[in-house]
Amino acid sequence: MNVSYDFSGRTAFITGAGSGIGRATALAFGAAGADVAVSDVAEPGGLETVELIRAAGGSAEFFQLDVADTAAVERVVGAVVDRFGRLDIAHNNAGVLPPPARFGEIAEADWRRVLDVNLDGVYHCVQAELRAMVPAGRGAIVNTASAAGLFVGYQQSAYTVSKHALIGLTRQAAVDHAKDGIRVNAICPGAVDTPFVPGTPPKAVFDRLMLGVPLKRMATAEEIAAAVLWLASDAASYVNGVALPVDAGLTILSAGSDFSDLDL
Amino acid sequence: MSDISYDFTGRTALVTGSGSGIGRATALAFGAVGANVAVADISQAAGEETVELIRAAGGTAEFFRTDVADFDSVQASVASVVERFGGLDMAHNNAGVEGEHVPLGDIRTDDWRRVVDIDLNAVYYCIKAEVAVMAARGGGSIINTSSVSGLVGGYNLGAYTAAKHGVVGLTKAAAIDHAKDGIRVNAVCPGLIDTPFIQELPQIALDRIMLGTPMSRLGQPAEIAKGVLWLASSGSSYVTGTALSIDGGTVALSAGTNFEGLAL
Repeated sequence: MNVSYDFSGRTAFITGAGSGIGRATALAFGAAGADVAVSDVAEPGGLETVELIRAAGGSAEFFQLDVADTAAVERVVGAVVDRFGRLDIAHNNAGVLPPPARFGEIAEADWRRVLDVNLDGVYHCVQAELRAMVPAGRGAIVNTASAAGLFVGYQQSAYTVSKHALIGLTRQAAVDHAKDGIRVNAICPGAVDTPFVPGTPPKAVFDRLMLGVPLKRMATAEEIAAAVLWLASDAASYVNGVALPVDAGLTILSAGSDFSDLDL
Repeated sequence: MSDISYDFTGRTALVTGSGSGIGRATALAFGAVGANVAVADISQAAGEETVELIRAAGGTAEFFRTDVADFDSVQASVASVVERFGGLDMAHNNAGVEGEHVPLGDIRTDDWRRVVDIDLNAVYYCIKAEVAVMAARGGGSIINTSSVSGLVGGYNLGAYTAAKHGVVGLTKAAAIDHAKDGIRVNAVCPGLIDTPFIQELPQIALDRIMLGTPMSRLGQPAEIAKGVLWLASSGSSYVTGTALSIDGGTVALSAGTNFEGLAL
């Protein structure tokens, strides 16, 4: 890596930090000297992330949290400020992936759960974070949207809807709170190699997926974390309200134009 | 004090239009983190001043007089850069002009051609020359200067808006076609930047511009340079084909909704 960060003396709060992108971001902030507030709905994953940060010499604490629970979000953000004395950076990353379904066949319970966590959860978190950050006159919030916030894949159900809306939420918060010194941005990961999508796809499916990816590989969780750290840093001081694709070109490619594997 | 640092020692960066403004800020930023900087500009005096500034700060730089609207000139400069520094790793294709500020139908055809030649065709010439030498070295990173005018329109900026939208399209096309060569291609979309031209505007015009800028201030050239450096770094290894707004929230905002200053 030819880029490095120093977040010493600053506190970063990360939801969904017990695995995948959230864990990678938490580890990266920990390695860069931040006090890391690791939150996850699942205690074992969250505690493991805390242990990994501490083992590497960093500072971290676990806060169990279901972001769909408004009162819990308010309580946890308060507890983070009590523990570390401040909140500078928040990565609202917790999300759920519904089972595949064509739009007309989305189960009501799946729709509710996905919107509760992926959209309302971020709404609760941003509001609580603003209450902690605005008095300090500065802060950086980064939401995990998705390539599915910019375009649509087959049978992605309420996930696509929630992530499109999350980009709208990000822009609204950015516009309304710019004058408070708060920057709010989103990252839009493409295909990432994490446990979020369970199981290993058959080769034919993987190859078809990669038709849409100019770099022809999945991202590591660390590559997504790298974008979160940049948006959280002072280097992004004039970046506000963006939905930054970290997707190797997934959302700019018309995948049907790739004939490279065809015998023409 | 900055929370981010880079080390580009041993790598070579070419920056066009680096005799002033954003290009100079990027050249200085690359020079400060150890890169060999190829300063390209049509103005020898301005370019050599940038070189002197980099050298005075302890960096390595060389001036290459380049008319980016002339493919032979671009190709000759890129060849000279490779000869001087042994290769090319990063390129910031930044040179540009705004053109006349008149309604589209009143643009003189020779001014239209000049703007499209310098702002769009030139970026193609640069990319064409750069990918050839980067591919031979196994990869590289190219960053084009587009603009908020590459994403939205503004009054009396017709040729500029068309050319800068074209740069976004060109960025996507280059990212897709050259991903397999290990080359990432992205664009930065600066908002209103603090330049002598902007400073000369009357206060009422500046106030109007700020209606459309959530962060209520102009961007500094160094803040755009920070975006360029990140896109050039390994921190953005899974980012290609994007148009990154660095605009204080401008393109996220529908400016007519700002009622500040109205007696309501």
